[in-house]
Amino acid sequence: MATTQTLTPVMERQRRANMRRNAFYLALIVVGLLAPFVAYPVFLMKVLTFALFACAFNLLLGYAGLLSFGHAAFLATGGYVTGYLLSSYPGLTPELGILIGTGAAVLLGVAFGALAIRRQGIYFAMVTLALAQLMFFFYIQAPFTGGEDGLHGVPRGHLFGFISLRSNLAMYYFVFAIFLIGFAIVQRAVHSPFGQVLKAIRENEPRAVSLGYNVDAYKLLAFVISAGLAGLAGSTKTIVFQLASLTDAHWHMSGEVILMTLLGGVGTLFGPVVGAGLVVSLQHMLAQSPLGNWVNVILGLIFVICVLSFRSGIVGEITKMYRKNFK
Amino acid sequence: MTFIKKTLASSIAIAAAAALAATTAQAEISDGEVRIGYLADMSGTYRDLAGPGGLEALRMAIEDFGGSVNGAPIEVFSADDRNSADVGANTVREWVDTRNVDMVAGMVASSVTIAVTNVLKENDKLGIISGSAASSITNEHCSPNHIHWVYDTYPLANGTAKAIVDQGGDSWFMLTADYAFGHALEGDVTRVVEESGGEVVGGVRHPFPTDDFSSYILQAQGSGAKIIGLANAGADTVNAISTAAQFGVVEAGQQLAGLLVFLNDVHAMGLDTTQGLLLTTGWYWDMDDEAREWSERYYERMDRMPTMVQAGVYSSTMHYLQAVEATGSDDAATVREYMMEQPINDFFARNGRLREDGRMIHDMYLAQVKSPADSTGEWDLYEILATIPAEEAYRPLSESQCNLVQN
Amino acid sequence: MTMIFGVPLAVFMGQLLLGLINGAFYALLSLGLAVIFGLLKIVNFAHGAMYMLGAFATLLGMRYLGINYWAALLLTPLVVGLFGMVIERLLLRRIGHLDHLYGLLLTFGLALIFEGTLVNFFGVSGARYPTPEALQGGFQLGFMFLPVYRAWVLLAALVVCLGTWFIIERTRLGAYLRAGTENPALMQSFGVNVPLLITLTYGFGVALAAFAGVLAAPLYPVSPTMGSNLLIVVFAVVVIGGMGSILGAILTGLGMGLIEGLTKVYYPEAANTVIFLVMILVLMLRPAGLFGKEA
Repeated sequence: MATTQTLTPVMERQRRANMRRNAFYLALIVVGLLAPFVAYPVFLMKVLTFALFACAFNLLLGYAGLLSFGHAAFLATGGYVTGYLLSSYPGLTPELGILIGTGAAVLLGVAFGALAIRRQGIYFAMVTLALAQLMFFFYIQAPFTGGEDGLHGVPRGHLFGFISLRSNLAMYYFVFAIFLIGFAIVQRAVHSPFGQVLKAIRENEPRAVSLGYNVDAYKLLAFVISAGLAGLAGSTKTIVFQLASLTDAHWHMSGEVILMTLLGGVGTLFGPVVGAGLVVSLQHMLAQSPLGNWVNVILGLIFVICVLSFRSGIVGEITKMYRKNFK
Repeated sequence: MTFIKKTLASSIAIAAAAALAATTAQAEISDGEVRIGYLADMSGTYRDLAGPGGLEALRMAIEDFGGSVNGAPIEVFSADDRNSADVGANTVREWVDTRNVDMVAGMVASSVTIAVTNVLKENDKLGIISGSAASSITNEHCSPNHIHWVYDTYPLANGTAKAIVDQGGDSWFMLTADYAFGHALEGDVTRVVEESGGEVVGGVRHPFPTDDFSSYILQAQGSGAKIIGLANAGADTVNAISTAAQFGVVEAGQQLAGLLVFLNDVHAMGLDTTQGLLLTTGWYWDMDDEAREWSERYYERMDRMPTMVQAGVYSSTMHYLQAVEATGSDDAATVREYMMEQPINDFFARNGRLREDGRMIHDMYLAQVKSPADSTGEWDLYEILATIPAEEAYRPLSESQCNLVQN
Repeated sequence: MTMIFGVPLAVFMGQLLLGLINGAFYALLSLGLAVIFGLLKIVNFAHGAMYMLGAFATLLGMRYLGINYWAALLLTPLVVGLFGMVIERLLLRRIGHLDHLYGLLLTFGLALIFEGTLVNFFGVSGARYPTPEALQGGFQLGFMFLPVYRAWVLLAALVVCLGTWFIIERTRLGAYLRAGTENPALMQSFGVNVPLLITLTYGFGVALAAFAGVLAAPLYPVSPTMGSNLLIVVFAVVVIGGMGSILGAILTGLGMGLIEGLTKVYYPEAANTVIFLVMILVLMLRPAGLFGKEA
């Protein structure tokens, strides 16, 4: 076909940009496929699950402008439900376990979202925090979670009933696939008309209302998707580590995901991934070194520096520089 | 399996013998090194009872052993579990995956221990637990891959609670830490109190950890029970005891029973607050010459007297290394089997033996905290009142729910 | 024995009184938060850390400088308050023009730094501070034995809270403060040094937290993490009372203490959670809080 010759310069530039983006994505996927041969797969899986968690959180904060201080509740719900089901019903395959765990997080997201989106700004943050505290209490008291002891020895099982996930390598590729699916969902949501409306709400809610958008419905949907993806991250994490514990439900976890997102870049697609990677690596490296006890101090410093000077985060700052110099 | 392994190992050794002076045993020590991981709370509530002191005790054992087994060097890794089950389990998983660690020692909070033993079982490595209390570790959670060395909630109840009921403290109010260890201890105490003719009239479960015990103490006061049983540990016990002192519990005629009190707790609270307290311990540094001699050496390194957990880390590591030396292997099942065959008698354990459920049973002691007047030094804190023979102290195998025990 | 829903009257009354004493801490802490929020519009996540620093300064002052309890009661809030002012000048001021969420995030980072640093030097197991001699012993109230020190805490906290309320609502300085809350630009044009007012306010709010820390030192184990779990409860108190409302913070603080006390009688496991339940209910029914003005 001769269509290439009829392309306008604008379309041509667009086409090139798309190609560059696709090449970039492809390169990242190749890196992801080769990574377990270079680094410790369990560590990589931890990075991927937290990256997914941070992406989920970022969908809400970065694109809908809603700061949730209770996202740990969804991570924990996914984890506990999946963990409990897989331990109690040995016939259940891991992908079904994850599906049900994610479903539980979605349901919780609907309930919490319906309440929380009625308030804005700091009040929204406080409502989500309070709801997450109720969940924390529930998970301490409910017998199926093992309370303070947590759920242990969750079997990794056989994917689709026949692929054993016992080896770290097999598990890694499964987690990588889940991460890609989760990331694709976020990517689609952000670049769809739905994402555009979210951004419009973030920038000016009254205007979005006056344009006739059902703002609450959009916010709720964003909240539910975010909750579901956080649950997906939690479910996957439970299978990787074969345990679910209260650490995931504690409000510190809600704070940590904010840090990851902020560090990487709020409202950028890759920001949360970079942020999660950095925070997890930092914790991992420091934990085994003499500086082990300084993890929180260093995280705190990063927090302060980010807020004072790098509010767009690492990816955000790089994008800014790139735009300034190349466009 | 072992046969094939041994044949294989010796054939390799024979092949190698032409070039090297044969060290046949070393061929079965994986990677030619004995690798030990020490996992404990190094910074939190349980730091002082195990923590860095336990690591030092582990190092002492390795030094005393000579630093190597049959020519294979001994390497030590250590990590802080922060009393978090997932941190602990992930650390051990990484040790096993990337460093091929053969044995994990230490382990304090029961929740961390249970998580870690799952990882050990899956990867067929050995765990020797010195710090944890829950008797469930060798009961419903038993596995062929771990050993519980120092004490558990069963003898704690058997020693302290029984002695107190015998002295006339027959009505109890339980203050219980709301997690597995607390529940296990509460259950064991309730059973002992009722069997001895006493009665538990009430109780309350508090979050772990709790800073403010005032309202729970108030409830205990309102219950009219003679004894307030503390089924908690570490800082929680210390807080409960000091709050009780503020509220004049003892003056009003009630007595406190600390069911899990460590040497460092008594040292921290002082004899004024704790005098007269009855407690059960697996070991006491000043209990005889052998114990004293070891403890003086420990004291020179740490500037503190060792707790039973720290002494237990030394004792268990020593036995482990002896087993590795004797069997020429660091395979979990081989070592554990050998350890079960040997009676255990050292500065720490008396009449000790390792049972098939993984419980190391040994004589336990009922002790009383001295009054300031009777104490002759900073660490002269306990008086041993009675010895509880090993076979009576621990849960009998006939009551065991462990699947390794044939009932 | 008289029973109330299956609980002896003595225990019931005792729990309420203890709840009220805990409520005094909530009141002091949430008052500081409310003052800060009122003028700076910042949710001060470092508030728990400041409370902790107050307790630590008291402990270390006694250990190394021989400063006794009574001197600490005065000195500690001063020192920690000054420290707060330095933070405000150096850090918070630089983000004053941004979305208030950044203030929350910045102070959250600061809290991590303070706590983490102290954990490195002192661990988390907590040290004890002796009850001052003049406040030892207790009163026999009939339904309970009330330690003198706890009675003192209640009294001291109430006096400071009411004093603060009086200053803000009834004095000229307070009038500036309230006006600054409403319209800082206008105040500036009237020749009031608003930046200084902001610095002083932050210092004062932080000093209140430090004062609570001194009061807490002989009661609770002094540990680097003592503030962080209290903090989110205090947030809840401020939100329930209406953010920025002075009287709301005080009354809600005491009220939540009572509710917690009641919960401890009937369902002790939920004592740490009940406040969040109340918070959700209040936010759903009265978004601006019990004492707040509708925006």
